[in-house]
Amino acid sequence: MIAFLRPALVLLLAFTAITGVLYPLAVTGTAQLFFPSAANGSVLERNGTAVGSKLIGQQFSGARYFWSRLSATGPVPYNGAASSGSNYGPMHPALLEAVKGRIAQLRTADSTTTRPIPVDLVTASGSGLDPHISVAAALYQAPRIARQRGATEADLRALIDRHTDKRDFGFLGEPGVNVLELNLALDEKFPSSKGGM
Amino acid sequence: MTGNGTVQIVFFLVALIALGLPLGAFMARVYKQERTFLDPILGPVERFLYRLAGIDAAKEMDWKGNAIALLVFNALGFLVVYGLQRLQHLLPLNPQAFGAVSPDSSFNTAVSFASNTNWQGYGGETTMSYLTQMLGLTVQNFVSAATGMAVLALFVRGLARHSTKLLGNFWIDLTRSTLYILLPLAFVFAVGLVSQGVVQNFAAYKTVTLVEPVVDANGVANLTQTLPMGPAASQIAIKQLGTNGGGFFNTNSAHPYENPTPLSNFFEMLAILLIPAGLCFTFGIMVKDTRQGWAVFAAMAAIMVPLLLLAAWSEQGGNPVLASQGIDQTASPNQPGGNMEGKEVRLGVTNSAIWAVATTAASNGSVNSMHDSFMPIGGAVTLFMMQLGEVVFGGVGSGLYGMLVFVIIAVFVAGLLVGRTPEYLGHKIEAFEIKMASLLILIMPLTVLGLTALALLSEAGRATIFNPGAHGFSEVLYAFTSMGNNNGSAFAGLGANTPFYNSWGGIAMLISRYWLAVPTLALAGSLAGKRFTPQGDGTLPTHTALFVGWLIAIVILVGALNFLPALALGPIVEHLHLTL
Repeated sequence: MIAFLRPALVLLLAFTAITGVLYPLAVTGTAQLFFPSAANGSVLERNGTAVGSKLIGQQFSGARYFWSRLSATGPVPYNGAASSGSNYGPMHPALLEAVKGRIAQLRTADSTTTRPIPVDLVTASGSGLDPHISVAAALYQAPRIARQRGATEADLRALIDRHTDKRDFGFLGEPGVNVLELNLALDEKFPSSKGGM
Repeated sequence: MTGNGTVQIVFFLVALIALGLPLGAFMARVYKQERTFLDPILGPVERFLYRLAGIDAAKEMDWKGNAIALLVFNALGFLVVYGLQRLQHLLPLNPQAFGAVSPDSSFNTAVSFASNTNWQGYGGETTMSYLTQMLGLTVQNFVSAATGMAVLALFVRGLARHSTKLLGNFWIDLTRSTLYILLPLAFVFAVGLVSQGVVQNFAAYKTVTLVEPVVDANGVANLTQTLPMGPAASQIAIKQLGTNGGGFFNTNSAHPYENPTPLSNFFEMLAILLIPAGLCFTFGIMVKDTRQGWAVFAAMAAIMVPLLLLAAWSEQGGNPVLASQGIDQTASPNQPGGNMEGKEVRLGVTNSAIWAVATTAASNGSVNSMHDSFMPIGGAVTLFMMQLGEVVFGGVGSGLYGMLVFVIIAVFVAGLLVGRTPEYLGHKIEAFEIKMASLLILIMPLTVLGLTALALLSEAGRATIFNPGAHGFSEVLYAFTSMGNNNGSAFAGLGANTPFYNSWGGIAMLISRYWLAVPTLALAGSLAGKRFTPQGDGTLPTHTALFVGWLIAIVILVGALNFLPALALGPIVEHLHLTL
């Protein structure tokens, strides 16, 4: 048994040094050298203030902004410090409640748009931090934003298109509209509010 | 399924074979101790380690020596991970000032990472210090994977050799797996992940000012958001490659900092299956008959692909409950559609389904969507993939040696049917081999079903079930199926960070890893000891399409027969409820 202890101890210590210290340090060094912004969280700034990350979604509930998806993080939605999905099974009563609540909010904010709501806009993402909504979900909200911001829907369609992350290489993944970037652009391009609904 | 979905699935499978083949050939060189292009850099490191550890590189061991080495090494690893968690509040690199992890959770996590399961009862960004993540979890991600690969190398030598007791040297296979295979792959992959947006730093969590304040349930306005940081990419690369699966963040690869883009997702999915698939070809080369490796690969792929299509179809179909509310779940160029609860927009239904099936086929256990929110058929596929015993690709090393045990059973049953002495690769299959193989195949369902029953009969087991009805049963079945097969994924609604699930789950993981690894080595020792039996007229060829079909039938039959009743009580009932 003792004959086995020496190699076991030495190798465990050596691999701890190699894979637990040197390897993460080497990756960190390389990452900070070549991809500093990405390695540090892809933070977005406005007027010198950090206002979020390109990759981490935020909650929007005002009628003037495009809304993100539902988020199941606690105690507030889009809590970056504690990612979480809802884990509702397809028949969980609370799933139906959440969907109904969201439909009511969307209808209240814009009673004129009556076509079916895209599914991603009424469901919670896996991480609770999804930075994207589908193009359909953005277009669905465009009439409301247009009225609120005094923009035309054509303006907004162009803006949505500019902030859509397309499929990688044209076929990998799904296209998604980055909500935070889109809303920041909205504040910049169409800052004026045309008042209530 | 959508046209684009089909393209993505086909591309994934083609890329897997295209990269698995050269990697398999490379790994064969590593285990045959032949020269590789990495020798100029890694050769001196390797020799230095052997000198330091007192390992004689020319000395081989029998199965018992190798089994003891494995157990001693893994026991030490367990102790280190346990100790780091219990003492992390006293140790450096803890910028969030996390306290000590509870004893039961520490036990569970230490077993989980040492046994290559990576079941996680805790949430990474709210529990573990950077030091624990690095010295404890990242290290085990490497060496637990290398342990599985070393056992496979020993097992394959048992199949390749005759009339000897010696299988090789566990220390050398462990060292070479880590240095030559896992470390270079992980480094390149980790840097690639950072380029896509995976964080890699030692900074404290960042605070940013929200564009629009969020009002919480008590009417208090939140003006800021916390962005978690840490050395994530280095851990994520190896957790994908080593079929570990333990996320840096709570929601694993659904988290945008863990899996930011479709491209990062593609490579993370590929990494799940890359080494397990490559090892099939390594096996073929080591037994000097590449057709044998292709046959095993073909059987694995032929089981996985139809189930993958079934899961993708089920998820794309959407949820009838939502359809009744007039929600648009139809896929179009503008939206992924389908069942989007628990899924990310950038990944959509297709990539969530590929990942879910790949991660449960291999015993990886990482997730990029919440399996608990899958449709009943999609969820049933993930359960079934694990219940096949993690032999369809399976864990690095462990999946293939599990599948080779099924090959031995298949040869034996075929031999019984035609009344010939069964042989595999020139070894007579006799009573001892079948005893060990039966042990290997029967322990898993006993553990999984036994503990599921225990959980359902006890107050402590039922107390933390989250979803009502049949789905709640599926959560418990999934938990023990996952831990009892060293997978690590979860129906995460179940509150698993309790003394009950931490303790019994820890025991399930111990059984499924070590109680299986030891008989596997015994089997290898027995096979290596046999005289070479030349092929005769009655020898069943094990590289033909006929044999592949037979092997699939044996694997499915054993898997299905054990678990069909349990599946009927869970996802099948749920599906009928939902659709009728």
